[in-house]
Amino acid sequence: MNGFDIGWWGVPIAIFGGAIRVSTPFIFVSLGECLTERSGRINLGLEGTLVFGAMAGYAVAFHTGSPWAGVAAAAFAGMVFGLLHGWLCSLPKVNDIAVGIALMLFGTGIAFFLGKPYIQPVAPDLPAIPLGWWTDIPQLEAALRVNVLFVVGAILAFVMAWMFKATRIGLIVRVVGDSTDAARAMGLDPNWVRLWSTAAGGALAGIGGAYLSLYYPGSWNEGISSGQGLMAVALVIFARWNPINCLWAALLFGGAGALGPALQSVGVSEGYYLFFAAPYVLTLGLLVATSSPTQAISGAPGELSITK
Amino acid sequence: MDTGTPQGMSPNGTAGAIAPAGLSLGAAMRRSEAIALPLLALIAGLAAFGAFLLALGKSPIDFYGYVFQAGFGSTFSWENTLSRAAPLLLAALCVAIPARLGLVVIGGEGAIVLGGVAAGVTGASFPGLGLGGIVMMALAGALTGALWIGAVGWMRVRRGVNETISSLLMAYIAIALMNHFVESVFRDPASLNKPSTAPLEAAYRLADMPGMAVHWGLGIGLVACIVSYIVMERTTWGFAARIVGGNVRAAQIQGLPTGRLILGFTALAGGFAGLAGMVEVSAVHGIANGSLAAGYGYTGILIAFLARHNALAIIPVAVLLAGFEASSGLVQRRMDLPDATMLVLQGLVFVAILVSETLVGRFRLFKPETWVRA
Repeated sequence: MNGFDIGWWGVPIAIFGGAIRVSTPFIFVSLGECLTERSGRINLGLEGTLVFGAMAGYAVAFHTGSPWAGVAAAAFAGMVFGLLHGWLCSLPKVNDIAVGIALMLFGTGIAFFLGKPYIQPVAPDLPAIPLGWWTDIPQLEAALRVNVLFVVGAILAFVMAWMFKATRIGLIVRVVGDSTDAARAMGLDPNWVRLWSTAAGGALAGIGGAYLSLYYPGSWNEGISSGQGLMAVALVIFARWNPINCLWAALLFGGAGALGPALQSVGVSEGYYLFFAAPYVLTLGLLVATSSPTQAISGAPGELSITK
Repeated sequence: MDTGTPQGMSPNGTAGAIAPAGLSLGAAMRRSEAIALPLLALIAGLAAFGAFLLALGKSPIDFYGYVFQAGFGSTFSWENTLSRAAPLLLAALCVAIPARLGLVVIGGEGAIVLGGVAAGVTGASFPGLGLGGIVMMALAGALTGALWIGAVGWMRVRRGVNETISSLLMAYIAIALMNHFVESVFRDPASLNKPSTAPLEAAYRLADMPGMAVHWGLGIGLVACIVSYIVMERTTWGFAARIVGGNVRAAQIQGLPTGRLILGFTALAGGFAGLAGMVEVSAVHGIANGSLAAGYGYTGILIAFLARHNALAIIPVAVLLAGFEASSGLVQRRMDLPDATMLVLQGLVFVAILVSETLVGRFRLFKPETWVRA
């Protein structure tokens, strides 16, 4: 497998491998956001949830010695944040975008606050944590370690698409997202549906955070997330609220994120910071290209404040 | 909650209830709601943070004592607080002005760092111009910020791109650009440990205002707030902008140039944020480097929301939050708390202020009809 490292061929290989590694948190956050937005509410706070999930997952994995306990804790913490967001938004006159900003700042702040003791302990226990959970998976290539969570996320995308299309729960979420009045007429409680859609979305974002701290980059620090949670929100718009498109878009974004490190690995260090900006530029470019000033974006849930 | 309605007062003015004196009192009470509710939310947020400290086994009384001591307890601490308030005033305007047009712009941080780099590079490139050099730096910073946030407005107008997401993405891009500039293009070869632009000459450093050890950045910030207030509340442009914020379609039907208003006011907002970067470079650092990304843009979001996007109300709120930031070091040392303490506090206050929105109009105390019949 060392043959791949030769020359410029290393770049596409590294981008491909990096796309799978980097995309996993995008997959989870964007699927979570997709679910929340399909119910007609936007959660901009997933960036905070992601960071808090990373911290909670790392801390619990450190104390219990089990990375899966960490993932479960991150999902639970994400759900709590989602419930908080959902409850705040259900109050009259409270704007969901503003709540998202507040919880983004709050989630990041409290993660940094509580996570302080977990920056240092890199020492004995932690290197073993990521090792336990991907060895069952057949390695595609020596350089490309496919994490279990990536596979789970990819399957989840198809399951969620099926859920929206063919199940009662999916129908309920879609009705609430498309028309509050129609949902009320059907005897549904829109706030209740949105509350739990946001909670489930938060739990998925928490898992995405656990992936960051427990697998790649694989440690907890205050710079662990650099806007992935926010990019995932933009990614859902680009994916037209379709879970399977979310998966492809996440891979694309992961590839863009891997561009800088991949070029660096073959010795291109000039303009490193500019390549670091690639995913943001890509996100912004896609938003500009796919939005329209005059007509609603196709596929957008009718009750979504961000596209109204 | 006790609304404090005086006894024997009819809640609803019944027969011919329009008494001028009572009405003006009622109007005053209604206006006071805009101050009382955020104040209540602030206190609730601070109380929630106190509970958080108690849960950690720390004393909230000690905490607020240190905050008062280091933020507002002496002349020195007041000067420290006011110096820190300068960039916050400008950063908050970058949120408050677009908010009046119904836009939630949260990426002021990007305009601050790029404005700072532009000012630093300008100052280092054109030495020996005295006060003219400072004006050039200010213009460079403001123009860069105006272009940066103006681009957010442009994307909104021309492409319908959500400004909240685009502005925050632009902030990440701006920080990457700043790193690129100070690491390579404009790097001073003499800056070894922390890559920076070339240091400014002494004449390009903002001086202190007369009679106090607070740099002129505070004066710039105060003037910016007052000018913004006058523009938003007392000019036809500001009136048009507020109509756009109230109802875009109504504004369009009225024939208002909504697109140009959005472009102009987002550019103005970005100009203030860019100026904040210039103030930081000229008055505090003397060079442009990574220290510019200090989170002023994010604190500015909270200040603007607490001030309800009123440019004059930004002044006391910014001073208060600057006091908290000024006390951060002392609190960390004396109470063994991490530096993220203030982020948690700000987050709790932010959540409280949003919850308070739901209480608008719920209290009889603030309803004019409560005060109509005396």
